[in-house]
Amino acid sequence: MPFIPHTDADIATMLDTIGVDSIEALFDEIPAELRAQGLDGIPDGLSEMEVTQLLQARARADGEPTCFIGAGAYDHHIPAAVWQITTRGEFYSAYTPYQAEASQGTLQVLYEFQSMMTALTGLDVSNASLYDGASALAEAVLMAVRSNRKVKQPRVLMPRTVHPFYRRTVASIVQHQGIELVEVDYDRRSGQTRVADCEAVADQPFAALVLPQPNVFGVLEEVDALTDWAQARDALVIGVVNPVALALLSPPGDWGQAGADIACGEGQPLGMPLASGGPYLGFLCCKQAFIRQLPGRIAGRTQDLDGKIGYTLTLQAREQHIRRSKATSNICTNQGLLVTAATIHMAILGAEGLERVAAACHANTARLSQQLCEVAGVQPIFSGPVFHERALSLPAPTETVLAGLAEQDILGGFDLGREYPELGSALLVCATEKRTDAEIATYREALASALIIAKAA
Amino acid sequence: MLIQEHSRPGRRATAQAPLATPDPAELPPARRRKQRAALPEVSELQAVRHYTRLSQQNFSIDTHFYPLGSCTMKYNPRACNSLASLPGFLARHPAAPESHSQGIMACLHELQAMLKSVTGMHAVSLAPAAGAQGELAGVMMIRAYHDARGDHARREMLVPDAAHGTNPASAIMAGFQVREVPTGRDGDVDIDALRAVVGPQTAGIMLTNPSTVGVFDRNIQAIAKTVHEAGGLLYYDGANLNAILGKVRPGDMGFDVIHMNLHKTFSTPHGGGGPGAGPVGVSKRLEPYLPIPLVEQDDDGYHWLDEDDRPESIGRLTAFGGNMGILLRAYIYARLLGAEGMRRVSEFATLNANYLQARLRAAGFQLAYPERRASHEFIVTLKKEAKDFGVNTMDVAKRLLDYGYHAPTTYFPLLVPECLLIEPTETEPKEALDGFVEAMIKIRAEAEHEPETVKQAPHHLPVRRLDDVRAARQLDVAWKPAASLADSQR
Repeated sequence: MPFIPHTDADIATMLDTIGVDSIEALFDEIPAELRAQGLDGIPDGLSEMEVTQLLQARARADGEPTCFIGAGAYDHHIPAAVWQITTRGEFYSAYTPYQAEASQGTLQVLYEFQSMMTALTGLDVSNASLYDGASALAEAVLMAVRSNRKVKQPRVLMPRTVHPFYRRTVASIVQHQGIELVEVDYDRRSGQTRVADCEAVADQPFAALVLPQPNVFGVLEEVDALTDWAQARDALVIGVVNPVALALLSPPGDWGQAGADIACGEGQPLGMPLASGGPYLGFLCCKQAFIRQLPGRIAGRTQDLDGKIGYTLTLQAREQHIRRSKATSNICTNQGLLVTAATIHMAILGAEGLERVAAACHANTARLSQQLCEVAGVQPIFSGPVFHERALSLPAPTETVLAGLAEQDILGGFDLGREYPELGSALLVCATEKRTDAEIATYREALASALIIAKAA
Repeated sequence: MLIQEHSRPGRRATAQAPLATPDPAELPPARRRKQRAALPEVSELQAVRHYTRLSQQNFSIDTHFYPLGSCTMKYNPRACNSLASLPGFLARHPAAPESHSQGIMACLHELQAMLKSVTGMHAVSLAPAAGAQGELAGVMMIRAYHDARGDHARREMLVPDAAHGTNPASAIMAGFQVREVPTGRDGDVDIDALRAVVGPQTAGIMLTNPSTVGVFDRNIQAIAKTVHEAGGLLYYDGANLNAILGKVRPGDMGFDVIHMNLHKTFSTPHGGGGPGAGPVGVSKRLEPYLPIPLVEQDDDGYHWLDEDDRPESIGRLTAFGGNMGILLRAYIYARLLGAEGMRRVSEFATLNANYLQARLRAAGFQLAYPERRASHEFIVTLKKEAKDFGVNTMDVAKRLLDYGYHAPTTYFPLLVPECLLIEPTETEPKEALDGFVEAMIKIRAEAEHEPETVKQAPHHLPVRRLDDVRAARQLDVAWKPAASLADSQR
């Protein structure tokens, strides 16, 4: 009986105490005709050794390819200490800190995380996480529409340079809130969203402008001008940012004259393994004025009966377990364990460490792009400055090229053309600080041969 | 002390950052950060020591009995973590091609099949990131179903008054109006009240069964018939699936859509408040609307189904399709248990709950539903103790912490005054349950003879009772460096 401690004597004593003859009798309030007849399709249990062998084989089956894909999830080095501490049972197997006095560890971690995120984004307050970057953007959109007191029209400008998966997630989550998501086109030459592109669709008032930095093409947007433009029209500005990039890039709180109002994004680059897409963490920060519209848990610093500093969940009147149908969001569970990892990761790396990670990614991607563009027919698509990803156009179908590279255990990048047909055969590549010169050289050779095969096909 | 307060300028964990790289001169100066972010500068040892010490200020399943009702705080097998953390799984990029994903996709496909089997549903999507997102997906599918039939008048979602707060909040996010249905005195949904409110405006009902009051709703077939005949659908909140695993299936009870909290029933870690995973299961008529991605198998292997394959899907709920690492842990847990192990989960969860209920009753504590069988959890109401001794449920909860027991859920469900919702789970030995009863008896004696001891509790934790009012009124939700504090006060 895996994980069940009862001895026969225990069972007998317990049944006797309850006053029934069998465990089965405890289910006597369930109508007999509803009782499950069997569990078809559920195999017999395995020992831990057998499951280990099975899972090792499955993990091996997926190989150990070299990863040049970014597109929202990045292959960074994670210090060993991060997950060794995070998976301590006291963090791993605790629950939401509803009993604050018995959860000071988790609560202080949340407070430290919130502090670090406000430092990175340059905004006043942060929540204690949401599910992931895309769902955080959906919550940011809902929050902006609720918060904007000057523009009551539930209309949000959504540039096409926002990651397409993010745009689709937002569309799914807000589809029944009567919010109009207005697409903003981008400049084909620079890969940037221009003020003129926004003007073109802003004939009616809008509550918020979403502003990705860097954008899905890896290109840096001219965030200052765009922020000023939107705020001059009484809209709020929602930055969608990469936290590692923020070590080098101007934080949302500094954008334009007044700073972005809300910032959100994907916390995965802060110590989370790629792990097929999750669990990651979404972060959401804002100016102080909007804190009561901020969804999700928030930890606050307070005092105990003796005046000693302690931490507790606060402003819970925003949340579903108190406000029910009037809550700011339906979210309950967040990503506490990932917050723990991110907090330890940021503590170990510090601002300078993150800066060096960011600079190394930038330099590696520049080198990768330069080398790949030495292959005949491969060239950069956009002229705008990039952070750590670059869009390249290929002289053969991207899908075929990627399959050819995968055969050589290289994950060559993200197929941009599938999402942006106007770009033709387009590939988004990324080289994080982990990619070596040798791996980049191997990729260049593999791309050359994959292109020859693809063009012949 | 905060990690930020351990910081000293120039101290850093250099081994963890890449060697200094050339200045990224290509980044336009206007886009560059002017001032370095105020992150801590500490050594690796300082960080390790700090967070190890913080961990020691937590109660957790690994260290304490944690009978938090409705949360299913049972042992999280260590194998689930170590196997989900095999390098091949951790290194896989979400956009990796199917050629390099067959291993994990096999696990996910089998998990879909096992969840279908154990719930009696027709199809399952693993996409929702947690229970509340599963709820949102579920009610959005109900809406999509009605809308596809042109039945646009169905805009009212029925929710029992005992429901989790996420139920009404999720229904609102899906654009429904919420109408509450009362719970009868015996703990079952008041079926007459339900009959009185269903109609052509009814989109569906969101039910937890066993309910949040810890009993199996005996009228479930009548409820299903009533709602279905009115043209509505039944939504099953799977928060309490642990109580019935392998014994009775939501699909057989008549539910059209369900979500499961894998961090409860399938023992994935709660992690200090997440991550979760909230797969949804549906009957055949709702299958087209399942959130994507889904995993499908054919002769060539496993494939993802996305927006193109499922044009009627309610869509994508996270960027990359869900909390894969949590799904893997649930898969591993399910394989360790097998069918027999799953049945034992509900049997021993129910045995432990009924034993604890019987012992507390014998010790003189008042049950909220004394004539009912407990499911995997039950409610004690302390209204008599509150009246006689002036000691409330929160005081007792805090005093339990002193005795080394995490408090049960307090003041939920809202309809029972001064309540403790107690869920021991199947992985606790009899001795832990007995110890909890002894602590409750001692605390009641303290409440009678030295009430201040209870009212002032806890006494033996890292902090004494915290001032929540101060936390909300004098908001302090982020540490700021001294310099910037001085700036803002100027």
